[in-house]
Amino acid sequence: MKKLIRAFTFGIFALVPLFVLASSGGMHLDKAGNDLADKESLKRGFDSYVSYCLGCHQLQYQRYNRTFTDLGISEEEGLAKYLTNGQKPGEHILNTMPAKDAAKWFGSAPPDLTLMARLKPGPDYIYTYLRSFYIDPERPFGVNNKVFKDVGMPHVLQGLQGIRTLDEHGNLTEAKGGSMTTEEYDAFSRDLANFLEYTAEPNKLEREAMGYWVIGFLFIFLIFAYLLKVEYWRDVH
Amino acid sequence: MFANLMAWIEKRLPLMDAMNKHAAQYPAPKNFNFWYVFGILASVVLVNQLLTGIWLTMNYEPSNEGAFASIEYIMRDVDYGWLLRYMHSTGASAFFVVVYMHMFRGMMYGSYQKPRELLWLFGMFIFLVLMAEAFMGYLLPWGNMSYWGAQVIISLFGAIPIIGDDLTLWIRGDYVISGATLNRFFALHVAALPLVLVILVFLHILALHEVGSNNPEGTDIKKPKGSVPLEEQSKFQFHEQYTKKYDIVDAIPFHPYYTVKDLVAIVIFLIIFCWVMFFAPEGGGYFMEAPNFEPANGLKTPEHIAPVWYFGPFYTVLRVIPDKLLGAIGMFSAIIVLFLLPWFDRGTVKSIKYRCTAHTVNLMQFAICFIALGALGTMPATPINNMIGTIATFGYFGFFVALWIYSKNEKTKPVPERVSG
Repeated sequence: MKKLIRAFTFGIFALVPLFVLASSGGMHLDKAGNDLADKESLKRGFDSYVSYCLGCHQLQYQRYNRTFTDLGISEEEGLAKYLTNGQKPGEHILNTMPAKDAAKWFGSAPPDLTLMARLKPGPDYIYTYLRSFYIDPERPFGVNNKVFKDVGMPHVLQGLQGIRTLDEHGNLTEAKGGSMTTEEYDAFSRDLANFLEYTAEPNKLEREAMGYWVIGFLFIFLIFAYLLKVEYWRDVH
Repeated sequence: MFANLMAWIEKRLPLMDAMNKHAAQYPAPKNFNFWYVFGILASVVLVNQLLTGIWLTMNYEPSNEGAFASIEYIMRDVDYGWLLRYMHSTGASAFFVVVYMHMFRGMMYGSYQKPRELLWLFGMFIFLVLMAEAFMGYLLPWGNMSYWGAQVIISLFGAIPIIGDDLTLWIRGDYVISGATLNRFFALHVAALPLVLVILVFLHILALHEVGSNNPEGTDIKKPKGSVPLEEQSKFQFHEQYTKKYDIVDAIPFHPYYTVKDLVAIVIFLIIFCWVMFFAPEGGGYFMEAPNFEPANGLKTPEHIAPVWYFGPFYTVLRVIPDKLLGAIGMFSAIIVLFLLPWFDRGTVKSIKYRCTAHTVNLMQFAICFIALGALGTMPATPINNMIGTIATFGYFGFFVALWIYSKNEKTKPVPERVSG
């Protein structure tokens, strides 16, 4: 009977991974291979974001000065380079596009991107998305996206990437090159994905670093707690 | 000086006596196994939820306009706000993990049987309030899954004939889920329900200490006074509340023996808890669902609305029954039958170790069905999922029916008088 109960307990725990298997989506994503600890990559991503994305997509939960501190940008450099319209360093990273008009122009207002890396399946999604536009004359802006069907956004990075076509097997082929090579554009997308993974959770690295210390402490504490238990339970046995 | 002060207090409020009665001289069976740690773990998580909850409230803003942004404010601008929030969100899921284990322990060893029916009922009320607490808490981040999850669950009440529509209107305080709903859920989540929860937990423990703890053998550690020779009684000193009427056997004082043993369990639990909290706070999308990273939007339905995993079993029962009213009845019945478990079971032998084989098989199939229902609750409702869900629903309710039948004249094994070893 004891064996039965043990097998039973084991069986229940063995079933737990079913939860995990239960709903892994079917979308194929390329691995971004980005690194949150790579501050140069984050800085390049921030630069690209400000140049190409911020006009339409705000980062309404992320502050300039927090970004400067985390990315290792000095206040003088930040003031001169990013706060050119008289914003204060403590302000959120906003744009001036009126949401109502934007909804009229694009069908729906361009979403805030602060948390996009957590709303969508991670930086891999953003990396793949940026590299998956193709020509589709049916769409209002003439382009569609492999991982975001009937996307409302024009391919604003077309000048950099060039433009591609989709064949019936689902492969993308380059129709016209842009100002970047494929490798350069991949690196550009990786930096942007990296930066957006950062904005989605600015404390991620701090969280993980703290986790090692806390769990390390608990393991040491476990030894003493166990020895204490053994010592007391001598009376019982 | 200190001794005098203590004596002065003791005369007016017997605190030390209460401590002895409930901890230092409380007789606990000496043979508790792995399954007996989940009660104390539930208390640990409760304290965690209360404390982190209070600190989260200090920076949270319960309004349609400000709720979502205030969560991000906590995550970014409040010192260690992210830690408080993850402790709270991971704690919510951990609460249900330990409570489900705790309930299953009760089912395995018959801890709901006479004389512990009331103890079980208090426990079930805790479970019910906990579900309401979790449901209302899940609306507060005001993410899109918060919004649509609440929408689905509240609309269930609309299935009730005649009063349904008025009832949902009354619950929401508006024609749709809105800031009004958010505000009242906030009030209930941070004030009313925690208060009820703490009172129920207090009663649960009082009721436990009145009838005494069960154990994996299902034996009684309290024997009639004078029936056990002194050398066979437990050598420890227990409170006269217990020794006045009984001879105590096979028991040890809860403190220090189980406090030090539970400490080991708590540390192991915390290692797992912290691992999730620091390295996977989203719990693979099950503890924090992806659509909740965009603000509530009444015009944008998430592709696949799934309740949080711990509601999965009951949600699946609801979904596999094609009629909305019958589905809601089925879902609430799934909880009600648990309340009535002490009366479905007509047996007198408590522990699964000494009950008939049919009972072991029945309890196993119940556990498997429960887990299957839980897993299905997080998945889309495809025809195959619905078929499995229907079978599991029959298995779930079948457990109680079968138990009622075979427990009447059950062929049990002899239960030992004493705990061996």
